[in-house]
Amino acid sequence: MFKFLKPQVSAVLLLTNFFCSSASIAQPSGNQAVGTQATGAQAVGALAKPWLNLGRAATPAEVKAWDIDVRSDFVGLPKGSGSVAKGEEVWEAKCASCHGTFGESNEVFTPIVGGTSKKDIETGLVANLARPDFPQRTTMMKLSTVSTLWDYINRAMPWNAPKSLKVDEVYAVTAYILHLAEVLPSDFSLNDQNIAEVQKRIPNRSGKVKFIGLWDLKAKPDVQGELCMSNCKVSAEVASILPEFARNAHGNIAEQNRFVGASRGVDTTKPPLKEPLKVAIASGIADSAKLAVAAPKTPLALAKEQNCLACHGVDQKMVGPGFREVAVRYKGNIKAEATLITKISQGGSGNWGQIPMPAQPQLGSEDVKTLARWILEGAK
Amino acid sequence: MDQTFHATARKARRSFMGKALAMGAGVASSSAVSARAEGEDAILKLPPHTVGLGQPVAARGYGLPSQYERNLQRRESPGLTRVGAASVSFAPLQSLFGIITPNGLHFERHHQGWWDINPEHHRLMINGLVKQAKVFTMDDLMRLPAVSRIHFIECGANTGMEWGNVAVPTVQYSHGMLSCSEFTGVLLSTLLDIAGADTKNGRYLLAEGADGSSMTRTVAMDRALDDVMVAWAMNGEMLRPENGYPLRLVVPGVQGVSWVKYLRRIEVGDQPYYTKDEVMHYVDLMPDGRHRQFTSIQEVKSVITTPSGGQVLMDKGYHNVTGLAWSGRGRIKRVDVSMDGGRNWRTARLETPVLSKALTRFNIDWVWDGGPAILQSRAIDDSGHIQPMMRQLRAVRGTRSIYHNNAIQSWKVTETGEVFNVQVS
Repeated sequence: MFKFLKPQVSAVLLLTNFFCSSASIAQPSGNQAVGTQATGAQAVGALAKPWLNLGRAATPAEVKAWDIDVRSDFVGLPKGSGSVAKGEEVWEAKCASCHGTFGESNEVFTPIVGGTSKKDIETGLVANLARPDFPQRTTMMKLSTVSTLWDYINRAMPWNAPKSLKVDEVYAVTAYILHLAEVLPSDFSLNDQNIAEVQKRIPNRSGKVKFIGLWDLKAKPDVQGELCMSNCKVSAEVASILPEFARNAHGNIAEQNRFVGASRGVDTTKPPLKEPLKVAIASGIADSAKLAVAAPKTPLALAKEQNCLACHGVDQKMVGPGFREVAVRYKGNIKAEATLITKISQGGSGNWGQIPMPAQPQLGSEDVKTLARWILEGAK
Repeated sequence: MDQTFHATARKARRSFMGKALAMGAGVASSSAVSARAEGEDAILKLPPHTVGLGQPVAARGYGLPSQYERNLQRRESPGLTRVGAASVSFAPLQSLFGIITPNGLHFERHHQGWWDINPEHHRLMINGLVKQAKVFTMDDLMRLPAVSRIHFIECGANTGMEWGNVAVPTVQYSHGMLSCSEFTGVLLSTLLDIAGADTKNGRYLLAEGADGSSMTRTVAMDRALDDVMVAWAMNGEMLRPENGYPLRLVVPGVQGVSWVKYLRRIEVGDQPYYTKDEVMHYVDLMPDGRHRQFTSIQEVKSVITTPSGGQVLMDKGYHNVTGLAWSGRGRIKRVDVSMDGGRNWRTARLETPVLSKALTRFNIDWVWDGGPAILQSRAIDDSGHIQPMMRQLRAVRGTRSIYHNNAIQSWKVTETGEVFNVQVS
């Protein structure tokens, strides 16, 4: 939301600006394709600009519908109010499934609440942020402007139905989060009049610095390298390298590289090479590194190959539920994929009757994910 | 058929190699080996594509890469995020050429999932400190004087997993939140001109997306009047849905989060907006526990892409070491390469074109003697900024910043030719 200047001032300013600076506005100063722009802007003369009438005026209702942003000085904040108690209701219905009952969940997103103290509320600095050993940064640890919390809940939450909360519900959920973080008491009602006071209790309100060196091209960078060319003073000792157990954690790198050219991806399903690749290929050891091409397998083929179809029909229940029945049950559940991945890899029972689904430890994580997504998308 | 073809080729190769090794080179005592002595099957046995009829035109209405290029995919880094709609996929830099990223391999970052939006119904609004709030259809925008410019886009968190230690195996995961395209669109200054923006009081703009997250970011007015674009095309075709179809902001030299996708609104204002991605994320944690805010510039950086982590060199001898350099402050002026972990450096060749705020491809000759080596590259831009070492960055910014890691990258080559991602002290 923008702040209106006083009408008479703005009219003068804007008109002046409109006529005096428009020529300079249209001058491109990027250093590519300057000529291209010149044919548009200058060939017809700086005053002509025959495209100036393109576009149409936005109606007040249109501006109102889209201009929803709330600035840190609360310009743009609509009138309204919401209590902590009301916030708890909305939270439990619409937020807790992802963020946990107390905003503490780390299951789907980083926790919202935690890591701040009463002392932080006094100082305006979250002490745990200075501790390198503190495991995680929660929303409330980082939050410095309460307007940001309000604006983001209003524009983007709930996750699967953004912009569906009413204004008072946004106030209420904001209040509830701040209550969970011990910023507000349980009987508090947040509104457009008292929110500026609440800002003064945000735990990390003084924890940000605007760093101009990485904002303004005219400002100086804070870190500069060196131009040494020979006998430079470096130890060149290896200080960090991936541990061998993580070698295949990103999948087989051989299948993530082209199989012709000056180099190959290494077969990370095997230990590091003991001899140069040429020798290894000749003796058949590194064959897959040489020729691997990740073959696309249809999910259905994968399901057949893995004997899923022995117990599951695509449409209907056999021993276990049909894939499309599963898709219907999980429709709209944002944890569906994660749940299904666990079910497929670890097995389970009781959801669709008493016959247990056995664990499938032989399936790679990529394959499990492929199957889970395919099932949830209706096994097409 | 193709898999079969491959399997056959593989079998033939293995059996020949096995025999050749068993018998010693140059000993011809079987028909298979004597046939080989005449030359290679690849030449002597004419393949089906040489003796048969190929595919007709328009067999594929929209062309696809060769099936043998299937290994090149954008990929997620396991464990990095938990929700696919708020995640990132990395571009396979290890196997790309030149400076342009193929559209289908452009890295992705979504904050609340991606959409394929009907361009007929898409609108761009400009409001705030303007003479007249305006609405543009795609028709309006695409009638305006357009520019086409090549620029890199890099996520502020690119290489962010490596602030503390090595965390990923390959350049795809360490540097793959990086792409470069020729973007076509209208300069934002043209639109501000049409709306009569107050560029004196309106020192900031808010850019807002039309998707569920309605991503918002503050952009400085001086940039908006300089080279910021409202783009509908990349590399000669419309934007891909994953990259903001039908309209995105292009903010050259600035981190990707500011390049708002599905762009629906630009507001002119007199203050920064302190949006979620300026307060909660894209803030850099310093050792004293304070976060730097509004860090935007992607500073001078380079990385060797071939050879790089997870690859293995085929042989000793000549290698054309190649990589990418870029700077959000302007043009790349020079790239130096070291093969000994930073003790000695040689200046690499820059391939053309060398453009402002675009990827620049460099290469340098290297004769590998089969011994261990540590490969590094160091870029210098035309503002005089020199790419720093990791320890120089850490001395100022600590290890928990996540964002804006432009450190010199090290790749260790072992005697077997295997290349590892390492950090040197």
